[in-house]
Amino acid sequence: MFESLSDRFSGVIGDLGKRGTLSEADVAEAMREVRLAMLEADVALPVVKDFVNKVKERSVGAEVLESVSPGQAVAKIVNDALIDALGGAGAVPLNLNAAPPVPILMVGLQGSGKTTTSGKIALRLATRERKKVLLASLDTQRPAAQLQLQQLAERAGVASLPIIAGQTPVEIAQRAMETGRREGYDVVILDTAGRLSIDEALMNEVRQIRDVTHPAETLLVVDAMTGQDAVNTAKSFNEAVGVSGVVMTRMDGDARGGAALSMRAITGAPIKLTGSGEKLDALEEFHPERVAGRILGL
Amino acid sequence: FTKRKLDEAALEDLEDHLIAADLGPEVAERVIESFRSTRFGTEVTDEEIRTALADEIARVLEPVAIPFEPSPELKPHVVLMVGVNGSGKTTTIGKMGRYFSEQGKKVIMVAGDTFRAAAVEQLQVWGERTNVPVIAGKPGADAAGLAFEALRKGKAEGADLLLIDTAGRLHNKGALMEELAKIIRVMKKFDETAPHSVLLVLDATTGQNAVEQVRVFRELVNVTGLIVTKLDGSARGGIVVALAEEFKLPIHAVGVGEKAEDLRPFSAQEFARGLVGKASLETSPPEEGETPSAAP
Ligand SMILES: Nc1nc2c(ncn2[C@@H]2O[C@H](COP(=O)(O)OP(=O)(O)OP(=O)(O)O)[C@@H](O)[C@H]2O)c(=O)[nH]1
Ligand SMILES: Nc1nc2c(ncn2[C@@H]2O[C@H](COP(=O)(O)OP(=O)(O)OP(=O)(O)O)[C@@H](O)[C@H]2O)c(=O)[nH]1
Ligand SMILES: [K+]
Ligand SMILES: [Mg+2]
Ligand SMILES: [Mg+2]
Repeated sequence: MFESLSDRFSGVIGDLGKRGTLSEADVAEAMREVRLAMLEADVALPVVKDFVNKVKERSVGAEVLESVSPGQAVAKIVNDALIDALGGAGAVPLNLNAAPPVPILMVGLQGSGKTTTSGKIALRLATRERKKVLLASLDTQRPAAQLQLQQLAERAGVASLPIIAGQTPVEIAQRAMETGRREGYDVVILDTAGRLSIDEALMNEVRQIRDVTHPAETLLVVDAMTGQDAVNTAKSFNEAVGVSGVVMTRMDGDARGGAALSMRAITGAPIKLTGSGEKLDALEEFHPERVAGRILGL
Repeated sequence: FTKRKLDEAALEDLEDHLIAADLGPEVAERVIESFRSTRFGTEVTDEEIRTALADEIARVLEPVAIPFEPSPELKPHVVLMVGVNGSGKTTTIGKMGRYFSEQGKKVIMVAGDTFRAAAVEQLQVWGERTNVPVIAGKPGADAAGLAFEALRKGKAEGADLLLIDTAGRLHNKGALMEELAKIIRVMKKFDETAPHSVLLVLDATTGQNAVEQVRVFRELVNVTGLIVTKLDGSARGGIVVALAEEFKLPIHAVGVGEKAEDLRPFSAQEFARGLVGKASLETSPPEEGETPSAAP
């Protein structure tokens, strides 16, 4: 990744000659490239501007060692800053530090992958960490949503909360937690209906769900193909319920996934997991280093 | 109204606004360039700017704003609904089912997603809601076989419109795309002309990747038109402008909610106005709650 990034910059940065430090003009040229690459990768515009300004500051006047080209020098600064902005090296695990049953609340826009990801997390916790997991669907909106989660629970070999027609999402949430306590579950995953960032009524509802369950994790599930609207999604869910972690789904597609950077920048919450397929085992830890290269189109 | 000169700074603000609406940096720049050539330096109000810019964009969209009309000669007109995961295919089938059956057409919906958990049951609920019959196979059944069977049945029963749902698939997955091509091949064994429409359903929240989606789906399964969903949210769907320029595929309809009646014909003017929205010379971030209210 490094070579192609520095190649891209070498094309726009003039020969430094004998100067030895990066000039403002050199950096400005390179930053135009970065800005474009990031916008093409769907990083949200305010996040791009902020990032570019920071990198500009770090770059201007930076020493260029004799062994590297100016292009390489800028590439390293950009790359490091991007990994940093994505959360630094390494992965952040799910936080299950709470008295069992530990509630995990899944939220996000319609069709982002909440229900599937609920099933994936259940499978992972059950098999890797030997947790006793209960899946509960609070989705009374989408046709057959509760049945979908029930079928995924069967596939994952974990329990699901029996479906009772006519209950409100808040009532189901309470019943899920009671069942979790009574039957000795370690983790209760609460899958919710998709909702738009502008839907006040549904945002209030998810806030109520949070208030009655006190989730250890509130995971915002986001499609990796998301465009500039990532800003609104991140803001509104974070304001409504406080996002503790982000899951990027459909990383198996060929979208460059700039929404990951927007999510991190706006919620401040780490990206914890990525979905890379429809099957229940297609869930991975998030590695900022890998996604950085993808965002820059390398 | 306060007038202000349309200068470089103002144009840059407008360009930012278009980028934030997902037009993409290249298209946004091009739109602003041609806008500049006609208006630069003139004294204008915000309102005038918005209208003029919307007109500029609407000109690109006008030629592709073509409503979907099932052909009365075809018995049935066969529609294959395709797209990436979660874009809104099944919901859109439910909405179209309602609309055309209320127009007095005999509609049949086909639960061709035999893969995803409860996908069949989801469409069956839509069938009950809209009073439209649903043909379904067993979970895990061969989708091509089901489509073939449904086509035979639809012909025998003299249906007007056959709406076939398919499993969501990412365009970069060769095997899954081949499966879709197979559904089409198998249908053609029964009726050379089927499917008569292949509709690609796009989520308005999607960014630049939508271009790749359309390119690949069009190449592999001959997409005939687009439907854009989830425009009731804060996403403005600006990528549609790039799609209109590059592919010129008809945009038939937009989804503006989760209910059966939440489908509207695509209107170039309304859509363009929604894109430009609150665009203002004082750069304001895209306001939440902005919805291009597509006129029926
Ligand atoms: N390729 C791929 N598909 C995924 C991934 N995660 C989820 N999906 C698919 O995306 C579609 C939507 O997923 P759901 O889990 O139903 O999404 P949701 O957020 O629960 O949807 P609503 O409840 O309607 O808001 C399904 O077809 C899933 O199989 C992923 O990581 N990769
Ligand atoms: N707000 C809003 N939600 C929509 C719209 N269209 C679909 N949805 C919602 O988006 C989610 C996914 O819709 P589906 O119809 O299941 O999507 P799909 O393409 O069939 O999904 P897969 O079969 O899993 O690939 C559901 O929660 C729908 O209710 C729309 O126009 N507006
Ligand atoms: K909108
Ligand atoms: Mg769901
Ligand atoms: Mg579907």
